Amino acid sequence: MNAEQILFILFGAVSLIGAISVISFRHPIYSALSLIVTFFAQAGLFVLLGAHFVAAAQIIVYAGAIMVLFLFVIMLLNLGTLSVKGAMGSKLKGLAIILGILFAAEGIYIAVNALNDTAVASAEPAAASVTTTTYDIGELLFSKYLLPFEVTSLILLAALIGVIVLVKRGHQEES
Amino acid sequence: MENMPLLVLILSAVVKILIIVHMLIIGVMVMIWAERRVSGWMQDRLGPNRVGPQGLLQPIADGLKFMFKEDLIPNHVDKPLYVLAPAMLLVPALITVAVVPFGGSITLFGYEIPLQIADINIGILYILAVTSLGVYGVVLGAWASNNKYSLLGGLRSSAQMISYELTLGLAIIGILMLTSSLSLRTIAIEQGAYPWQWNFLIHFPAFLAFTTAMFAETNRLPFDLAEAEQELVAGYHTEYSSMKFAMFFMAEYMNMIVGSAVVVTLFLGGWHFFGLENIGGPVWSGLISFGIFFLKTAIFLFVFIWVRWTLPRFRYDQLMNFGWKFLLPVALTSIVVTGTLWITTGSRLIVGIGNVIAAFIVVSIVAGLLVMNKAPEPAIQDDDSRFTPTALDAVE
Repeated sequence: MNAEQILFILFGAVSLIGAISVISFRHPIYSALSLIVTFFAQAGLFVLLGAHFVAAAQIIVYAGAIMVLFLFVIMLLNLGTLSVKGAMGSKLKGLAIILGILFAAEGIYIAVNALNDTAVASAEPAAASVTTTTYDIGELLFSKYLLPFEVTSLILLAALIGVIVLVKRGHQEES
Repeated sequence: MENMPLLVLILSAVVKILIIVHMLIIGVMVMIWAERRVSGWMQDRLGPNRVGPQGLLQPIADGLKFMFKEDLIPNHVDKPLYVLAPAMLLVPALITVAVVPFGGSITLFGYEIPLQIADINIGILYILAVTSLGVYGVVLGAWASNNKYSLLGGLRSSAQMISYELTLGLAIIGILMLTSSLSLRTIAIEQGAYPWQWNFLIHFPAFLAFTTAMFAETNRLPFDLAEAEQELVAGYHTEYSSMKFAMFFMAEYMNMIVGSAVVVTLFLGGWHFFGLENIGGPVWSGLISFGIFFLKTAIFLFVFIWVRWTLPRFRYDQLMNFGWKFLLPVALTSIVVTGTLWITTGSRLIVGIGNVIAAFIVVSIVAGLLVMNKAPEPAIQDDDSRFTPTALDAVE
């Protein structure tokens, strides 16, 4: 076992433990914090894959911005401890079960496929040592993936304008 | 660095980490002393001058006092997060310094050792990522304290940090375009030896925006809304005492030191100063470059203290207006102008002049719009509803 495998197991384990804690903690603040732990472990996995930029983006966007807003909302609404009973009785129970089964089936399918596929099973982890630089990502974004990139920016712009319009309307109604 | 045996690599890294961490901790102590003495000097009083020569041992006395105080955990707090929060503020401050180059390179025992803990190719992104984590310590400490004043301080601080983080990130992009590298070492080297080549002249508006946002990120006056004494007792650390309070305190000063080091690297030429860093042999030039970097950081830290004791605190709405309506447009303009002028002319001089003119125009337009659309001043209300009404409602 080389250093890379040990790190992979470490990050994978932390990621899994974090993910399980998200749904097993009673208090939403602890759940949010567990999610942050998972994001960190995944950033570590990205670094192992040589995708430094993606790792940094993961922490900046998810751990640094989105989860802070999550915490902000949880604190503002002062959400108390959630009971399992209350969650089980909710109307979304059926939907949750269906989605859970679908997701589990998907995971099992991928795992079985990967085990049967000899090319994947015998692939050398050395391939991961190729480091993707920010320069490469930028070049790809502005050549091969130009259209998706531009579409994404348009969607973000639309969301931005939508937020401003919604907030403005609320303000005008108040005054 | 590649031809170095693994043992030398690890050994040099460990030595560098030990030196830098100790310098940071000693730096915090010196900064606390300096802050009190300089503030005394600025207010025409003495400041602490009894313990040791010039009161230099005062931080040690303070530290001893903190350690021997009872480590009190109030009954009404959320214990795990209450204990975790100070560490969550301190750790980001400590690990940011890993990517800051604090000098050229030094040759010892035939190995050329770069004076930097880790030169990673996403250096700037790493700094942005780690500084964005500092807010967790404040927010969680505030929430876990289970105290209205603390919670208000934490909410203010998280809103402020998210707002100013945008400026912090956008102000750097101009530099990235001219350097085309994310590595802090490359950025420092590209700036050259002479002050008129450094980034703060080429990107002057971005430099001002970045520095201001840095002040806001460290929660220092005039941006210390999170711990406004007159309104919130002590803000997010009201319930903390003894060593846990000291950790919050240390984190603040450590953030200042690391922030200054980052500004020096990005905008003030890193360890360069009139070619002085190349004098002497491979050993001396390394030490001199380290000294230059150290002095530049120290001067910038003095500016931190200077500003704190000069400017009054912003009101909350002023803080948000300033961040979103002035700093953010200035940072955005600097990206557009730098990109356009660099592609068309390729001259750093023109980029520098264009940046200043554009920033001036943008600030005038925003100021004009604000004056034109100014709502009549609301009469002073008794219920303080102007200050974060939602947060107050939520707590009650």
